Amino acid sequence: MASSMIGSRVERTEDKKFITGKGRYTADITLHGQTYAFFIRSPHARAKIKKVDISKALAAPGVVTILTGQDIIKDKIGGLIAGWKIVSKDGTDMKLPAHPPLAHDQVNYVGDHVAVVIAESLEEARNAAELVNVDYKVLTAVVNTASAMTSEAIYEGIDKNLCFDWELGDKAKTEEAFAKADRIVHLKLNNNRLVPNAMEPRASIGEYNSSTDDLTLYTTSQNPHLTRLVISAFNGVHPEHKFRVVAPDVGGGFGSKIYPYAEDVVIAYAAKKIGRPVKWVCERTDSFLSDCHGRDHVTEAELAVRKDGIVTGLRVNTIANLGGYGSLFATVTPTYLYAPLIVGLYNIPAAYCNVKAVFTNTAPVDAYRGAGRPEATYLIERIMDQAANEMGMDRAEFRKKNFITAFPHQQCLVHNIDSGDYHAHFNKALELADYKGFEKRKADSAAKGKLRGIGFSTYIEACGIAPSSVVMSIGAGVGLWESAEVRFNATGNISVFTGAHSHGQGHATTFAQIVADKLGVPMANIDLVHGDTDKGPFGMGTYGSRSLAVGGSAISKACDKIIDKGKRVAAHMLESTPEQIDFKDGEFIVRNSNKKKTIGEIAFACYLPGTYGEVKSPLPAGVEPGLKETAFYDPINFSFPSGSHVCEVEIDQDTGVTKVVKYSCVDDFGTLINPMIVEGQVHGGLAQGIGQALYENAYYDETGQLVTASYMDYAMPRADHFPEFKIEYTCTPATSNPLGVKGCGEAGAIASPPAVMNAVIDAIGTDISMPATSEKVWQALRTKVKSAKKAA
Amino acid sequence: MRSVTLEVNGKKVTKTIEDHLLLSSFIREQLNLTGTHVGCDTSQCGACVVHVDGKSVKSCALLAADINGSAVTTIEGLSTNGTLHPMQAAFKKHHGLQCGFCTPGMIMSSVDLLNNNKNPSDAEIREWLEGNICRCTGYQNIVAAVKEAAQNL
Repeated sequence: MASSMIGSRVERTEDKKFITGKGRYTADITLHGQTYAFFIRSPHARAKIKKVDISKALAAPGVVTILTGQDIIKDKIGGLIAGWKIVSKDGTDMKLPAHPPLAHDQVNYVGDHVAVVIAESLEEARNAAELVNVDYKVLTAVVNTASAMTSEAIYEGIDKNLCFDWELGDKAKTEEAFAKADRIVHLKLNNNRLVPNAMEPRASIGEYNSSTDDLTLYTTSQNPHLTRLVISAFNGVHPEHKFRVVAPDVGGGFGSKIYPYAEDVVIAYAAKKIGRPVKWVCERTDSFLSDCHGRDHVTEAELAVRKDGIVTGLRVNTIANLGGYGSLFATVTPTYLYAPLIVGLYNIPAAYCNVKAVFTNTAPVDAYRGAGRPEATYLIERIMDQAANEMGMDRAEFRKKNFITAFPHQQCLVHNIDSGDYHAHFNKALELADYKGFEKRKADSAAKGKLRGIGFSTYIEACGIAPSSVVMSIGAGVGLWESAEVRFNATGNISVFTGAHSHGQGHATTFAQIVADKLGVPMANIDLVHGDTDKGPFGMGTYGSRSLAVGGSAISKACDKIIDKGKRVAAHMLESTPEQIDFKDGEFIVRNSNKKKTIGEIAFACYLPGTYGEVKSPLPAGVEPGLKETAFYDPINFSFPSGSHVCEVEIDQDTGVTKVVKYSCVDDFGTLINPMIVEGQVHGGLAQGIGQALYENAYYDETGQLVTASYMDYAMPRADHFPEFKIEYTCTPATSNPLGVKGCGEAGAIASPPAVMNAVIDAIGTDISMPATSEKVWQALRTKVKSAKKAA
Repeated sequence: MRSVTLEVNGKKVTKTIEDHLLLSSFIREQLNLTGTHVGCDTSQCGACVVHVDGKSVKSCALLAADINGSAVTTIEGLSTNGTLHPMQAAFKKHHGLQCGFCTPGMIMSSVDLLNNNKNPSDAEIREWLEGNICRCTGYQNIVAAVKEAAQNL
């Protein structure tokens, strides 16, 4: 059975609890004697807090306590942090405002945290919150990304609302490429602001035992160990060794649950302060207001092209909106996760990218599925289309002319790409999409009075984040390795502990497949444990398509150590030498003999090392009892998934309604462990990316009110928005990890927005920004008709 | 406050509750059946779908007091004697779930679809599930699961 586990469509072992209603999410947990928290949030985008009067509310029925920014100061609770230092091009460090978990002097976005009411019931907490009187002096809000630098400064000491003005690439060489170019293609782009919208709203429960001094926080986190570290080391709530963070079943994350939020800090702190459990569950509107948002870039890009269609340079200026504060990964997302990939999978010899990150009075922006890579891909794939169109070249042929073809490939920016075959997946995608048949389908649509367009998108990501030495040299506050522990129990079954966290990704299945394959033990005898800082070793969590490439590799390494020790024990038991022992399909065999021991027998022997009667100890001298190995894996490089996507849309000219009618993609994720789970990841990513292109937009009005703060106003993609996606793969295994895997979680969200938009633009023949809503498309078509009439 | 009697997953329960208690809160908080989830405040997401007298409803859009005497089935009541309902089995087989949060509502809604339409087309499935939002799966495997369940029911 062993080798068949890799690449096998194993049904998920975690499913049964979810399909029978036995999942246990944070909001499902009820603790004895628990109290309920309700947060008072700023209704203003920008205001000074003159006074917070809690006297009436404190006297309301059921109120246990009310905490405000003053308590945070008094108890010396530290602020939230941005964990990645970016240095501006003039050599100065990025500038950050203080970010207290409860504001005391100023609020900086609608939904910012002002106070928390804790009561015997949620209803009492909510009612008492009505009695808290906050006296605000309302200030003019800065909302717009493009004009933030010329607006009033939100923070004293942060000129032009500028966090940093950063650059990447060889500017002089890029200027030279442009000076020599036959054609310069210009494009202005908006990358619309999105709300991640995991279906499970955030929640936290704090529990403190004053006699043992143990503090526990149950929370909706992709990253429980880092949450513990940050709340301990930076917020100073409780020492790390007496602090347990549990992220039980978590209902989706997409980036939005990577980082500890103000509520996590306050709930942990409040539970400790009152000595009773405190439970908080976010309502959806508060999620819209206070979950970190994604994207929100304004970009001007230029492409230098030779007349034969070879691209020679790329120049990009981006303004990235960080929102009201610098969130944990906010500063790396529009810099190192973005700029190195603006050249896509093309062999562009010179590129330069300038990113100005600005503060505005909007919700903080941080990593959302793809984080920087969707923005990079959108820009390069849109401008490649624009260039092909301007030069009258076929958009597919234009791309092919510029693909990187030899590996390893050192980009002109940062990355050394180990492997890939871009022509292979592009050609396969054209075939899958029946590109040749497009004109016929277009004519059929036209016969029905509809417009039809086709769009291509190719992408490369840098995943498997990340080599610690590299990321720490460019500002990361932590290394990005991953941990694993493989623990044989005496009866021969295995508990596997991972520092990664699964909130939909199916780790319990995929990771068990790796262990089953390595150790030859049936899946049923393997249990995966994650999400509890009291159980497994410290880990860095799940994001950036890293869990399998980094966490899976750590598990693989720990299995290697188990096999190593097993060989020594088997050699002793079988009166051979470790060098003479082969391990295959769960058995240690003396080479060229029939002498063998199963791995279960070896595990049992490791736990019974004593000598009794005639029985000699199975353990050789100097070998410790037990069979348990820990491994930390620090990747030697990023991994580089890539792929080609083709989208076809049909547009109703009377209504502007755009329908994705055909979507075909071919991705290279390296080795696949469980293709069924990989497909699911691609489907989900596509839905989010198509959502960005056609439906979703977080819209703030000029006063900083979030207009789209519910599912009535924010257009979440629904089942009838999509056709059946066609998915195929190519495979060039990654060389940067022992599994050969590259990561698949974000690809769909990265590749699809430009594929869709290129198709829409192809159909309507005019530029349009995301999301291409029916109203916008209809307006664009009308404008075109009007200007055509005018010209006539 | 008033006394309400419901038959929940085949068992009769009587509770004295506030008039304004939502059915979703009644199920989660009074009966501790936490398989029914709450994902929004506007009756849009469908994570809280249960059956009341055999029809799928969003339990966040009903008052428990208003359905006195009704029979309620939640996700916990769908399988019988430990055997998965064909819809549950099909969701597992076709990887129709990832994080699992929308899943109970999605399954309850899909079961009601098949009660109304024994052999729905892809388009009919997608249209019926308009009121259930899933952020993980892109819906494709859910559609496949519902089609398979239609064959097995």
